[in-house]
Amino acid sequence: MKKILLGNEAIVQGALEAGVDFVSAYPGTPSSEIGNTFGKIAKDYKVCFEFSTNEKVALEAAIGASFSGLKCLVAMKSFGLNVCSDSLLPFCYTGTKGPTVIIVADDPSCWSSGQSEENSRAYAYLAHIPFLEPSDAQEAKDFTKLAFEISEKFETPVIIRITTRVAHQRMPVELEKVERKKSQPVGKFVKDVKRFVTMPPRVLEMKEELLEKIEEIREFAERSKINKVDRGRVPDQLGVITSGISYLYVKEALEELNLNLPILKLGFFYPLPEKKIKNFVKNLKKVLIVEELEGYLEKEVKILAKEINPKLEIFGKNLLPEVRELNLEKISLAISKITGERFQKPKIIPVDLPKRFPRLCTGCPYWLVFSAIKKTAPKNTIFGGDIGCYMLAGFSPHNIQDYLLCMGSSIGIAHGIKKSSKQKLVALIGDSTFFHAGIPALINTVFNKTNPLIIVMDNRITAMTGLQPNPGMGRTGMGETTQEIKIENIARACGVKNVKVIDPINIKELQAAIKEFLNKKEVSVIVARRVCALFAKKQKK
Amino acid sequence: MEKNFNIIISGVGGQGLITLLRIIAEAALIEGFDVKTSELHGLSQRGGSVETHIRLGRKVYSPLISLGTADLILSLEVSESLRAISYANPKTVFLVNKYSLSFPGALSEKEIIKKINALTKGRKYIISASEICKKELGKEVVSGVYLLSYGAFKKIIPLKPSSILKAISEIIPERYLELNKKAFKLARTLNI
Repeated sequence: MKKILLGNEAIVQGALEAGVDFVSAYPGTPSSEIGNTFGKIAKDYKVCFEFSTNEKVALEAAIGASFSGLKCLVAMKSFGLNVCSDSLLPFCYTGTKGPTVIIVADDPSCWSSGQSEENSRAYAYLAHIPFLEPSDAQEAKDFTKLAFEISEKFETPVIIRITTRVAHQRMPVELEKVERKKSQPVGKFVKDVKRFVTMPPRVLEMKEELLEKIEEIREFAERSKINKVDRGRVPDQLGVITSGISYLYVKEALEELNLNLPILKLGFFYPLPEKKIKNFVKNLKKVLIVEELEGYLEKEVKILAKEINPKLEIFGKNLLPEVRELNLEKISLAISKITGERFQKPKIIPVDLPKRFPRLCTGCPYWLVFSAIKKTAPKNTIFGGDIGCYMLAGFSPHNIQDYLLCMGSSIGIAHGIKKSSKQKLVALIGDSTFFHAGIPALINTVFNKTNPLIIVMDNRITAMTGLQPNPGMGRTGMGETTQEIKIENIARACGVKNVKVIDPINIKELQAAIKEFLNKKEVSVIVARRVCALFAKKQKK
Repeated sequence: MEKNFNIIISGVGGQGLITLLRIIAEAALIEGFDVKTSELHGLSQRGGSVETHIRLGRKVYSPLISLGTADLILSLEVSESLRAISYANPKTVFLVNKYSLSFPGALSEKEIIKKINALTKGRKYIISASEICKKELGKEVVSGVYLLSYGAFKKIIPLKPSSILKAISEIIPERYLELNKKAFKLARTLNI
């Protein structure tokens, strides 16, 4: 039976078909629907699901579950991989006990990513972790199942790297049977120091074992059907090597240009099936590598071609951009340049209309907080931004965002500025972001004595990514009640003396507190607590 | 259908574009077409411009529609239909909700419609879907479903009205289903 699924839903379906036991995630576009979907269905399918405090904790939770023998899935966006990389590298050394698959969603063109246009492929080299790259929703499901098989067979975690156009693509996906569990599986941690402790000198042996394992997986990749050749009519002239979403654009482009070129589609990015690649380029005169962002694949092909076909002309990043996602037109143009055919650019009607910027929802409590800050903070006050809906502080009519980098950094950077400058500073951070990465930075302001004003915009939910629960609201990702962790209590426990909790509807009180705290010699925290307007509306329904 | 049929749905975040996209994709599946869609989620969609892509036909590779190759631009808001015009060619049909959500620098409805008429030659259906739905059903929220159903009855969209209705029943949650079916029926009544 076929059903239309979003790429992210197809991953959930694949994990269920593979019999996943434990799932952890931290929301982040374009990966969020994986966690959202598990949140809805985990109980029915006897899966243990959680939204963890951050991606490092999410991965560590899965590592623990894997060490206890459970089948695990972890989902995050690109930047989450940076956050959890500290745990990821040693996890590749210990390997898995229960098979473990990590979904990482990159966002070429930064449709929903402020901080950088990250190409997570680089982590394959850093961590020595197998990377699979599906092109569409069907493959997203199939590759998820295959990743569990690889993980089980080789006892290594496996990453599936998707991009926005795969994660947020819908298509008919063939559904297979999901075996229903009778109860939520219980694992057992069996002590094995040799396996689970990464201390020298054992750690170096582990690295040797890991590198050997990767060569075994390379042999597996050589035989794997997900690295496949679409045969063309003129195999000795020009060929294309591609992967991920780019494969679909290449197929479309060749059809449109009426060309029948051989294509090597790589499902594995790491380890690469080197023999298969060599075999493909052996008799070619020219090859075009079509990949989004940095040309990692192209570098690999250049090395392999040197051994087997030194005269091969290799095209890639000389014709295709390293910044922004690819599309049909960019690829058609690149192919036409190689074949020497004239490429007829379609006539485009230019759009002459000012941009419609995103804005805070009607009734959003942040309107009140931004307004209070603007009315109260003296001229030249620095405004630190962080990751959440309150990034809209940077747009008109607010215009209060002087720096913005990554999760939790509004506070960490505020400390550095206050150490270096006498200017006043207000750092904004949301509830979920505070729990995610704000707390160590807050402790640092107390420990190393600076006095920024930190406003925690507590709207009682992780709003930007689609209303996911967080530790501040007394409800888990599976909808169970849990202890509500109060931000003001954390601030006090960190040693912050100036702490106030204010409902921003009391705008006078908020203004007075901002004024008072901006003149303090120590760090201050205002918890501006009022529920997200979207969440309030949803709760009413 | 010889060639793939490309639909851009444009509008403003919160207007229910993704529901509409899901209904079309489902209807395409019901009729045995291959179909791929692309959408964006996240903060930039919150009250901002949203544009989603649907391609259906015998075999669809890319989920994205190239500039200048849309067969239909279905827009839930007037300004956003103009914003999608780079996807249009001289044959592209416009199916637009005569409804405006203002923003700084926006042009008047009249000016925009004039511009679209001047820029492209294709057929244009500018329908007061929001107004009609509000008047007849008391809810603007189903204006997208109304517009889509209108398009199916008028054969602007290569999908049968019965498939659209079936898809609505598949996609829309139980408690809103009656209202959406009413919007569908309303489109049929006003088409006759």
